[in-house]
Amino acid sequence: MAIGWYLTVSALIFCIGAGGVLVRRNPLVILLCLELMLNGANLSLVSFARMWGGEDGQIFALIVMVVAAAEVTVGLGLVVAIYRRHLPIDVDELNELQG
Amino acid sequence: MVFTAILFFIAAIGAITGAVGVVLLRNPFYSVLALAFHLVSLAALFLLLRAEFVAAAQVVVYAGAVMVLYVFVVAYVGGGEQLASGAVLRVLGPLFALALAVELCIAMLGAGLKGVSSDGAPFIPGFGTPAHIGTLFLTTYLFPFELASILLLIAAVGAVVLARRRRGLEPDEQVAVRIEAPRPAYTGTMAEAAGVRPRPGDEPFKPDGEPVGTTTGDPVRQQGGW
Repeated sequence: MAIGWYLTVSALIFCIGAGGVLVRRNPLVILLCLELMLNGANLSLVSFARMWGGEDGQIFALIVMVVAAAEVTVGLGLVVAIYRRHLPIDVDELNELQG
Repeated sequence: MVFTAILFFIAAIGAITGAVGVVLLRNPFYSVLALAFHLVSLAALFLLLRAEFVAAAQVVVYAGAVMVLYVFVVAYVGGGEQLASGAVLRVLGPLFALALAVELCIAMLGAGLKGVSSDGAPFIPGFGTPAHIGTLFLTTYLFPFELASILLLIAAVGAVVLARRRRGLEPDEQVAVRIEAPRPAYTGTMAEAAGVRPRPGDEPFKPDGEPVGTTTGDPVRQQGGW
């Protein structure tokens, strides 16, 4: 398969994730959509690594996975903290930092 | 080649279906399951791109560990409520996503790179194996590798600090309930088990609403000497 096909799939996954971040209001689902965007970027990184014939892109993808894991850990900690304070699990209601 | 193409289309359709499911499913638990399906399909795509180690890490770390974290938090928070999104973003969000998709496809496919329309560089045996990735991680990319470990440590500490139970920062109604309705006596603190008598200045402990010090109870309970 040509690399262009993989790039198209990665672009579609990224855009589905971006649309989900904009449309959904539950912070858990927003985190899931962020994962989608990161995975789309990962797929294009691995595709370019295959196209170039070097493994550096795969290293990038692994580091992105580490960063995603860290982001998920902190994000889920925030969600649990929000839940503990009996605040609504809804990003539109959580506007205390609006200034 | 035909076999590869069939595998690619199955995995790509699976990945995109999973992604759409994450966005469209109402229940967050089903969204998590859809994301797990998406991740496994993506691992198949990684395998087709000869990235064996990345595919294995994807399945083990993402579809294994991170998804378990998500499932636990969804089970803890619940969050099955039906949230309708704001009217403006509900229309503008998909439009923005569509525009972004068109733009990305134009940028990547119309870039005129020769490699994009080719099958990629000639395959070298050992490409993408753990041995090669590990060698790169411990030589060229040693600094990002160490930085990633520090980042993971910070994230773990941060998650524990964020999600811990705070006392004294916010009103905790459980404390008020506990102060107003004390436990009945002899229900198992270590002091009672050891037979510690209340000091003279202390508030007398009330077993079952009955005042301490009256002679109506049985003597063993008054002594507190179990």
